[in-house]
Amino acid sequence: MKIATGGVIKEAGSSIEYKTGGWRTFKPVIDPNKCISCWICVGFCPDAAIEKTERGKPPIIDYDYCKGCGICANECPKNAIEMVLEEK
Amino acid sequence: MKVILKGNEAAALAAKLAKPDVVAAYPITPSTDFPEKMSEFVANGELPHTQFLPVESEHSAMSACVGAAAAGARVCTATSSQGLELMHEILFIASGMRLPIVLYNANRALSAPINIWCDHQDSISARDTGWIQFYAENNQEIFDLMLIAFRVAEDKRVLLPAMACIDAFVCTHTFEPVDVPSQEEIDDFLPPYKPEHVKLDPEDPWTLGPFGVPEYYQEMRYAQHLAMKNAEKVIDEVFQDFEKRFGRKYQKVTPYRTEDADIIFITMGSISGTAKEFVDKVREEGKKVGVIKITVLRPFPFKEILPLIKNAKIVATLERNISMGYGGAVYADLSGALINEKERPALIDFILGLGGRDVTFKDFEEILSICEKVMAGEKVERPIWIGVKKELVE
Repeated sequence: MKIATGGVIKEAGSSIEYKTGGWRTFKPVIDPNKCISCWICVGFCPDAAIEKTERGKPPIIDYDYCKGCGICANECPKNAIEMVLEEK
Repeated sequence: MKVILKGNEAAALAAKLAKPDVVAAYPITPSTDFPEKMSEFVANGELPHTQFLPVESEHSAMSACVGAAAAGARVCTATSSQGLELMHEILFIASGMRLPIVLYNANRALSAPINIWCDHQDSISARDTGWIQFYAENNQEIFDLMLIAFRVAEDKRVLLPAMACIDAFVCTHTFEPVDVPSQEEIDDFLPPYKPEHVKLDPEDPWTLGPFGVPEYYQEMRYAQHLAMKNAEKVIDEVFQDFEKRFGRKYQKVTPYRTEDADIIFITMGSISGTAKEFVDKVREEGKKVGVIKITVLRPFPFKEILPLIKNAKIVATLERNISMGYGGAVYADLSGALINEKERPALIDFILGLGGRDVTFKDFEEILSICEKVMAGEKVERPIWIGVKKELVE
């Protein structure tokens, strides 16, 4: 992708192309055995990067956009989310 | 047609002939005539397609200019001193968004102490904002440079804002004859601005001025630097075209009697005239002295200035600005240009004419005598302050 003069963006939705997951230092990892599918993490995620699945299964974290803020881990009532140092 | 005009009026008349779509300005001494005249032109119906925005501050003036220019308008404004400082934040936005706004700046000293008279500190402090900078010596030059500024700024290879500066009061409020071409001649020199890189179109909305993350920011700054490099060539082309049409020759740096000069004064603005007259006087005494007037400070005219000074023994920059704890701005720029040259003259910066202090032949004599002493091997501590009443300083 070329940067237009003055940084003008001519198409909508460029935030989808830009993967903010690269900003992450700690990565949230869900323990499926502790998760109760309450979806509290889904509601709290400021980047809408956690998606509901079905009852009895943990949600899915979209690591392309998860910035690793840790709010999900902090809010999880079952401490089912661990923040793991990311090694790239 | 020759018209007798104040510097401010000359700039306003040039802006009028450029037929801007939007003028957003806030009055400030000593450039107030400019918004007054523009407002008058619009109110009289002389500029039927121009919108004049009397905003509530210079920050708003430049913000309104950015908004209008982002919608594709030809835009100009005027300010001075504190006004330029209040615009400072938005100056970067104008250049970063590549909006070819033209700003008329009356060079005035900065507060404190409050002072309305001439020095160059205001625009020098805006030197690194990514704006092209022109400095006029007289009223004819500001008229011409305003028109040249539009043409250079709007060139598709450049697309950068430009400021045309002139000395407060010495020129802004002094009447001089100015040769004013006809509207048709100006229209032919400066065709309507038709930008392709910005637009305001609800049917095809674009995002202007978006977030620039670390992965893209540096590339945008690089693109601005390249545009400045392109401006070097475009300015020459426009100067040549201007001369062909109107017979007045402009150069980024204009030498005066420098061919065999041992000592060269570097000047900007109205003191260039005094310097040339002084050179004529001392040349009669057999002293090999010359002057180089800088008309374009950004992009810095490396290529043009180096051949002119390389054979001199002493180059004295005459600075109506001061970076406290360092010295003059032109000295700094020129040092950078010279440092990698094998043969180079000694460089000295003289701080003078701050806050409207007159620069007279007496000052030039002092400067010349210091230069001669340095040429004879004496060491001096720079920057050298000229005309300071040191006994008054507590």
